[in-house]
Amino acid sequence: MATVVEPLPKQQPKTQPVAGWLVQFADAQQLLDAAGKTNAAGLKDLDAFSPYPIHGLDLAVGMPRTKLPWLVLCGGLSGLTIAILLQWWTNAVDYPFLISGKPLFSLPANIPVAFELTILLSAFAAFFGMLIFNGLPKLRNPLFKQPVFRRVTDDAFFLYIPRQSGCDTPQQLTKLLEATEAHGVHEVLEDEPAGPLPRPLKYALIILATIATIPPLMILQARNERSEQPRVHFVPNMDYQPQAKPQNASPFFADGRAARPQVEGTVAWGDLEEDDAYYRGIRPASEQPVPARPASFAGGAANEKASDESAAGSAASDEVAPAVPPQKQPEPAANPMEPPEPDWVTQFPVPVTTELMERGRQRYNIYCAVCHGLSGDGDGLVARRAIELQQSTWVPPTSLHSPPVREQPVGKLFNTVTHGIRKMPGYASQITTEDRWAIVMYVRALQRSRNAKVDDVPENLVPQLRDLP
Amino acid sequence: MATATTELDLNDPRRRPPLVTGDQDLHSITETVSKIAERPKPPRAWYVAFAIASSLTLMFFSLIGYLVYKGTGIWGNNNPVFWAWPIVNFVFWVGIGHAGTLISAILFLFRQNWRTSINRFAEAMTIFAVICAAIFPGIHVGRVWLAYWLFPLPSTDLAMWPNFRSPLLWDVFAVSTYATVSLLFWYMGMIPDLATFRDRATSKIRKMLYGLFSLGWTGSARHWARYETAYMLLAALAAPLVLSVHTIVSFDFAVSQLPGWHTTIFPPYFVAGAVFSGFAMVVTLMVPARAFFGLKDLVTMRHLENMNKIILATGSMVGYAYAMEFFIAWYSGNAYEQFAFINRAFGPYAWAYWTMVSCNMIAPQFFWFRKVRTTPWMMVVICIFVNIGMWFERFVITITSLSRDFLPSSWGYYSPTAIDVLMLLGSFGLFFTLFLLFCRYLPMVAMAEVKAYLPDSQPHGDDHH
Repeated sequence: MATVVEPLPKQQPKTQPVAGWLVQFADAQQLLDAAGKTNAAGLKDLDAFSPYPIHGLDLAVGMPRTKLPWLVLCGGLSGLTIAILLQWWTNAVDYPFLISGKPLFSLPANIPVAFELTILLSAFAAFFGMLIFNGLPKLRNPLFKQPVFRRVTDDAFFLYIPRQSGCDTPQQLTKLLEATEAHGVHEVLEDEPAGPLPRPLKYALIILATIATIPPLMILQARNERSEQPRVHFVPNMDYQPQAKPQNASPFFADGRAARPQVEGTVAWGDLEEDDAYYRGIRPASEQPVPARPASFAGGAANEKASDESAAGSAASDEVAPAVPPQKQPEPAANPMEPPEPDWVTQFPVPVTTELMERGRQRYNIYCAVCHGLSGDGDGLVARRAIELQQSTWVPPTSLHSPPVREQPVGKLFNTVTHGIRKMPGYASQITTEDRWAIVMYVRALQRSRNAKVDDVPENLVPQLRDLP
Repeated sequence: MATATTELDLNDPRRRPPLVTGDQDLHSITETVSKIAERPKPPRAWYVAFAIASSLTLMFFSLIGYLVYKGTGIWGNNNPVFWAWPIVNFVFWVGIGHAGTLISAILFLFRQNWRTSINRFAEAMTIFAVICAAIFPGIHVGRVWLAYWLFPLPSTDLAMWPNFRSPLLWDVFAVSTYATVSLLFWYMGMIPDLATFRDRATSKIRKMLYGLFSLGWTGSARHWARYETAYMLLAALAAPLVLSVHTIVSFDFAVSQLPGWHTTIFPPYFVAGAVFSGFAMVVTLMVPARAFFGLKDLVTMRHLENMNKIILATGSMVGYAYAMEFFIAWYSGNAYEQFAFINRAFGPYAWAYWTMVSCNMIAPQFFWFRKVRTTPWMMVVICIFVNIGMWFERFVITITSLSRDFLPSSWGYYSPTAIDVLMLLGSFGLFFTLFLLFCRYLPMVAMAEVKAYLPDSQPHGDDHH
């Protein structure tokens, strides 16, 4: 059936060369036959267009078998490999998960994720591979300029013969199509070269590109500069809680305080501190404890007994014994205006051991020596510096070897370390109770070292002592 | 040549009824499907439905906002039932999302050509159901802004990796893979039809948008060849995927040691239930949609009847699974397992259990009758019952087992809050909003596929077969 080439219906003058011809057919059968014949005539780069897939048309236009399945296989294998490596590295190497002693890397537990990733990457390969092999998306196509081509997605069938296929002139084409049942031939012109971008679009893109650089620049700046501000919390999580805090007002309670005082008669966990001798350095009292103690504590029978008990409680102290200074009952206060002294313990309520003594030396050198000096003369670095600077408010630390201090019972020394005296602050918050006793023990040792007799030195060391310069 | 088709042909068991009726040709199929989306104004009923659905969607997202602000305490979840409605809703929606890919992939591989008229519709439903499903575990994690911890991403604030031996993590991978592959499958199938819309478009904006999303599709024979290869491969990949998704969802339960959950029947039982509920949802939506949009010639009674047969088959499988669970509980001799099942049927949640049994085991049995299978209103009623029943199945599994486990001292009775109920309602709103937008703007029937299966579409007598 001979046909005449219908030129493109003109809205604008024909400026572009002819790219090829669209030959229209009535149905799939005719298209397939024509494609087969044209291909057999040796024309290259043929294509056919139809509203639905037609079996065998791809072979008829001379298309080789697609490699897409191999791409999908590669996608699937990479998914599998990635999944196995990901699970092995994250759960067995980088952050080993120990769960009920199960092996860190076990294939059965990794099958579901491996399966899913295999499918996922295969599907990506199938979909995107199809698009890439087909050269899609391709929104600009010379065929779209031919109005009749719009029917291809509805009910029209076309064979496309490009000019480079070996069929250069309409005459050749007519001859070629004689044997087919073509219904019409339509010219397709080559696409005009793409013009410049419309101006508003260009400006919009420039503005967009500029705005897009702001966040990365801000991140870059933040990474290269120091900030005193706390870290930005986009989501505060539990940083701010609607809870009552100490020193805050609360309308909920009658007294308006958010912090609640302890209920009378209760003791916080660990705050009971029942043992007077250990925690306060005074003899366990049958009546009132410190400090409202009657002045006369010259040592009643009850007190003596309590003292013995506390001493007996620490069995070791009697054996190692010598830390007790020359016994001297505290004297009644010289000045009747001064408050009466409590009944200080004179025996250590902790076992006197070499370890504790060593601990006391260490703690003393850390906490006390800065003022009192390493040997207790009151010449620590802080004291010397204060005198050097002639600090008017400075009260020089007492020498631990001065007679009043030497005569103090251990309980009083302990009390001083705990609560401080004059300018000296209390150390209860920094040094544990046991360590404070250790320090007192070491202070006693220091005092003894200035007042020792030869008899105090073990026999075998006496000759060495005599050799000292 | 197109044979004259009548209702008599449909009822003649000696011949297979045609896929489409009413003397269709290529152009009439294009017209029938395209004109639905090309009407300048949809019918009033569409507006009414859309107003209701989008209001519910708005409520859903407002409630999610409130949840993020206030915390999960607004739900009824509490000791001992920490997996409550959100997880029930998640499993329910994921189950619904199984029909689409099953129709697209498995029926495609089995060369069930009748699927072509309904696959687009069912795939769209799948995507929307999976969207609804994915929201629930996402908001159930409590601190929604940290939901990215679900994925193996290196992060400084967590400083550790997810546990790859946990079924909950498998679930993240399964559902997200399923959503992605379903979306690709759906979109890829739609490209030729979007090109049809592009070529028919009259307004500039339609031309531009359909042009953009049809990616310059021309219907080239070379493109079609690769397209068909890719479609076949995607179908082959999606077929095991669709079976794996609900299997892995069932692992969330089955891998734990709770009586009533720790059973090996769960994977096949969940998959059958998912297909069951998915097909029920397709029929529920398809029957009104085909009447409403004039698609009766493309979606014929044969399609509906086939779907009803699948519902009958999977419904019977689900019923068998219920019976088998009871049998195994008795046969195992495990006191806890036995208690869990007796508690289901006769305990405080007996009302939910018997709702489930009557909706899922009894209702689909009516499909043995041809009359019920081919009467639109009857099938819709049964399918609605099936959907109710399948929601209750997930409720029964999740809640009864959690509320009474090994220690009687920790037993409790779960009841939902009003927000739980409104959120379930809101998820339906979201589903229908997306669905109505789909009906309005996208090709509801896969035109190119239907055309390919018309009589005389394919060349005869050549040597290419």
